[in-house]
Amino acid sequence: MQEELIKRAVELMEDGTVNRVLGWQKGQFVYDITPAVFTSADELKENFVYNDFCGDNLSKYLKDETEKEGKVLVFLKPCDTYSFNQLLTEYKIHRENVYAIGIECYGKADVELLRRKGIDGILDVKNENGTLKIATIYGDEEVPMMEAMAERCVNCKSKKHVAYDELIGEDGEVLDSNRFDMVEKLEQMSAQERFDFWQGELSRCIRCNACRNVCPACTCEKCVFDNPDSGLYNKAAADSFEEKMFHIIRAYHVAGRCTDCGECSRVCPEHIPLHLLNRKFIKDYNELYGSFMAGAEVGQVSPMVDFTMDNDAEPSIVQKGGAE
Amino acid sequence: MSVKENTEFQPTIVAFCCNWCSYSGADLAGTNRLSYPTNVKIIRVPCSCRINPMFVLRAFQRGADGVILCGCHPGDCHYMEGNYHTRRRMTLLFSMLNYLGIESARTRVEWVSAAEGQRFVDVMDDFTAKITELGPNRRLEDLRCKKN
Amino acid sequence: MQRIGVFVCHCGTNIAATVDVEAVAEAAKSVPGVVFSADYPYMCSESGQDLVKESVQKYNLTNVVICSCSPRMHEKTFRKAVESIGMNPYMLEIANIREQCSWVHKDKEEGTEKAIMLMKAACAKATLNTPLTPGMLPVTKRALVIGGGIAGMQAALDIAEAGYEVDIVEQKPTIGGKMAQLDKTFPTLDCSSCIVTPKMVDVGQNDKIRILSYSDVEEVKGYIGNFDVKIKRKARYVDEDKCTGCGLCTEKCPMKKVPNEWNLELDTRSCVYIPFAQAVPKVATIDPRYCLKLNKGTCGICSKVCGVGAINYEAKDEIIEEKYGAIVAATGFEIADISRYDEYAYGQSPDVVTSLEYERLMSAAGPFGGHLLRPSDHKEPKKIVFVQCVGSREEESCKGGKEYCSKVCCMYTAKHAILTKDHYPDTDIYVFYIDVRTPGKLFDEFYRRAVEQYGVHYIKGAVGKVTPHKETGKLEVQGYDMILNEQMHIDADMVVLAAAVEPSHTARRMATMLTAPMDNNDFFTEAHAKLRPVESATAGVFLAGMCQGPKDIPETVSQASAAAAKVIGVLAKDQLVGNPCIAHPDELMCNGCSQCAGVCPYGAITYVEKEFRMPNRTTKMRRVAQVNEAVCQGCGACTVTCPSGAMDLRGFSNNEIMAEVDALCL
Repeated sequence: MQEELIKRAVELMEDGTVNRVLGWQKGQFVYDITPAVFTSADELKENFVYNDFCGDNLSKYLKDETEKEGKVLVFLKPCDTYSFNQLLTEYKIHRENVYAIGIECYGKADVELLRRKGIDGILDVKNENGTLKIATIYGDEEVPMMEAMAERCVNCKSKKHVAYDELIGEDGEVLDSNRFDMVEKLEQMSAQERFDFWQGELSRCIRCNACRNVCPACTCEKCVFDNPDSGLYNKAAADSFEEKMFHIIRAYHVAGRCTDCGECSRVCPEHIPLHLLNRKFIKDYNELYGSFMAGAEVGQVSPMVDFTMDNDAEPSIVQKGGAE
Repeated sequence: MSVKENTEFQPTIVAFCCNWCSYSGADLAGTNRLSYPTNVKIIRVPCSCRINPMFVLRAFQRGADGVILCGCHPGDCHYMEGNYHTRRRMTLLFSMLNYLGIESARTRVEWVSAAEGQRFVDVMDDFTAKITELGPNRRLEDLRCKKN
Repeated sequence: MQRIGVFVCHCGTNIAATVDVEAVAEAAKSVPGVVFSADYPYMCSESGQDLVKESVQKYNLTNVVICSCSPRMHEKTFRKAVESIGMNPYMLEIANIREQCSWVHKDKEEGTEKAIMLMKAACAKATLNTPLTPGMLPVTKRALVIGGGIAGMQAALDIAEAGYEVDIVEQKPTIGGKMAQLDKTFPTLDCSSCIVTPKMVDVGQNDKIRILSYSDVEEVKGYIGNFDVKIKRKARYVDEDKCTGCGLCTEKCPMKKVPNEWNLELDTRSCVYIPFAQAVPKVATIDPRYCLKLNKGTCGICSKVCGVGAINYEAKDEIIEEKYGAIVAATGFEIADISRYDEYAYGQSPDVVTSLEYERLMSAAGPFGGHLLRPSDHKEPKKIVFVQCVGSREEESCKGGKEYCSKVCCMYTAKHAILTKDHYPDTDIYVFYIDVRTPGKLFDEFYRRAVEQYGVHYIKGAVGKVTPHKETGKLEVQGYDMILNEQMHIDADMVVLAAAVEPSHTARRMATMLTAPMDNNDFFTEAHAKLRPVESATAGVFLAGMCQGPKDIPETVSQASAAAAKVIGVLAKDQLVGNPCIAHPDELMCNGCSQCAGVCPYGAITYVEKEFRMPNRTTKMRRVAQVNEAVCQGCGACTVTCPSGAMDLRGFSNNEIMAEVDALCL
């Protein structure tokens, strides 16, 4: 796959369709991948990588990249295409300045899951027919890919590319995923248990803002938490209230715009399951106002800015357990 | 913050009222000399759709034990659609607070028209009683803002 | 730094009995920013207002907080007072310590404590007050009336009477609307044409009114006082200025088989036509669907016979652009399509007609010159069955009927029955009804007359099926009498269906252009059902006639005059004063996501690409929101939708409200 992508990228650069490529760049280790812009065939051949650890959603970078001169090539996994559409809906991407190639994806690995298995000192990882062959400084290991796959990929919502100029590999279908199972589990707990769960999770927040900075929905010119006049100005959470406030407000601000790409949880250094907050909103509005998938189409009206006169639930259903 | 010392817990309740219906309904309660607890403190907003979730959180942070939003009945909004937006936003916000384990009874939306002075009083009596029963807000408190 | 003055009103004993007003004034002295406080028995009195004014001047106050009755009572009074001495009126806040404190609490200690908190909250908000100036908008002193029926004509005449220019846009070749098609009007039975055609002439001759007939509104931009409207003048292939309306072309036109919509296609007309003798403007129009010259390049007779050379086959649709200060929507109604009601055999037999068709059949200007004849065999009907509520008062799920009552059917059916009996006393008339609704002056008397004097058979019940019998030419009506609880069979000669009225099919398109709200039935929604019944929620757009809901002629005319009065109220002003408490975006914060535009009920938010200065002497084009100050009503829906907090509401800003929250909670 990697070679195919490089080949096509070089072609498009050489025929003048694009003048640079937004992709993934290898890091010091096989699993520390960073998004990068490549401007020459040599750079691509040397540093471009596409492997089981290329989880990064590249669509957000298009906000800045498409403002520059010339067309940029971007590779989008199915779930990234939803973010891409959502950004288009919000006028954040200049569509004419991007050439999007949809690429197939069968789930990405999370190095953290390998570490939890006690695998350390990883030197190289190779995926051979669904099995990860891992070379470490302590010797070789083998882990089935399914066991190393990130939660968001295990519960993948869609293998369908909702936007692209060109497709490499296969297009899939929207999947019937179990992504709301954990939300449901939490809903079934008592209020005290839920409180304890979230207190435990959110109290680890160090307010590094990684979740915000990676989120394709967080594209404000200036975040309210960075704006001294907003009334929400808050650089570091001083106590448990502020930890909660940051995450409630952030989830609320992206509600109806969040495509559930899961980047927030992926980048959280404290491994807080932030996607469970976003999914709660998604689950609620799906149940209450009809199914809605942010980014499925460009120009959709989000349930957060819509209403029906006669059929909307009253807020009191929360007490009655309707939306719990 | 009650004046009556050594009595039981006196909750602080913030009531956001839309200017056209609920604030007038509260005025009507006054005109008719209908009594409700002093714990209820009203903030006037043009429309219930002006109420930002951050105001609700802010109230809890600063020491409120209950927050209630009052607006025109659906269909009667002075701005035609404002309360429909309120209804959705607050349903989702309350559901989220509930999901975080914050007692859902601490937040409420009620529709009170300008003619419903008695209803305003009934709503406030009931809400104050429920919050008193629930006790002080602990799960969404900011210790730095605690009274006493 | 703010210098706040706090003024506590006793309101006689209304406040002072439950609130220690002196303690409130005293407590105010320790509130940050407060430099002066006082209490006074009646703050709203002349002398109380003077105290406020004098103190502002004496202590150089920047803000005033009045602790008194509800702001809904005296906020305006006090704002005016401080404005009179040069203070910005929006630097004043009211703490409601009467309706929301002294009147609802009994315990003086608790009441005083709450009053102090309310005072503190008002001071906290006042500290953040900014001077607000309402925007001034120029007014184009011309009005547009959309629709040339009785509603549009009345509105136009009244506006013109006040001295303002009016344009009427009518999609048909003539004004007059549905009223011109009616035979008589209830309950007075005066001839509809006799009262409506003089009105049409008045409109046509009024030099303040311009009739743009055979035209459509194509685009509406702008806002109250300043609407920019594009109007399409459809090609009528006849020069309006040259045509004298002599009618020679219509006589000579060889294409005579065009269904005549004026008579609801009960007869035919020529291809070049004047809809009816009293049409205004009385000019011919060529129907491009049937014209031999336009379609086949043959014929051309009309051009040859026209003495003034008015025919122009080369005419093209034309778009004109006009500016208006106010718009009246008077788009009227249609008769709902009832072809889906198979049981009534409408469409199967020409003798089953709608009430409006019956109206034409009876009219002296109708297809049979006023003789009531069956369309099928041109014989006089001897037995007629009227069916009420066809398509009205019905669940939408049931054949897509209308849930509302069409309001005029009960009365016009009584009219039809009476008129028929008047002319043909030996006719048997049956009326099947659900309820007979006759609220209106002389309405019930009229209906009683039909029953008692004319012996019309009113049957509470429904018609289940109408079966046309070819051999006998009769219509077999199977009905059910709910009162006698029995089936009925009537061999009728004609069946008249009181079909539901529905808004004009152009109404929704129009509403979208005007950003005016509509209900689910496509009727325009009034700004307030009780208090603003002729205004649309969109400022500068007014409503008249059936487009707002079913109504009869006098109601339509009153509403049209009321709408005209409202229009005159707008046009009479040289400048409109806006509401300063409106949304405004901080362009530096706005991220252009467009969520706010989605929730604005008034369409007040638009987006522009704007150049911004960036670091290192660079610039960047960014999409940012703009609020139209004339259109925004200040609800604040957009402020909550904005994730960046860029959108804020003047007079109720985020920080002001949060300052109040803080003061009340701490």
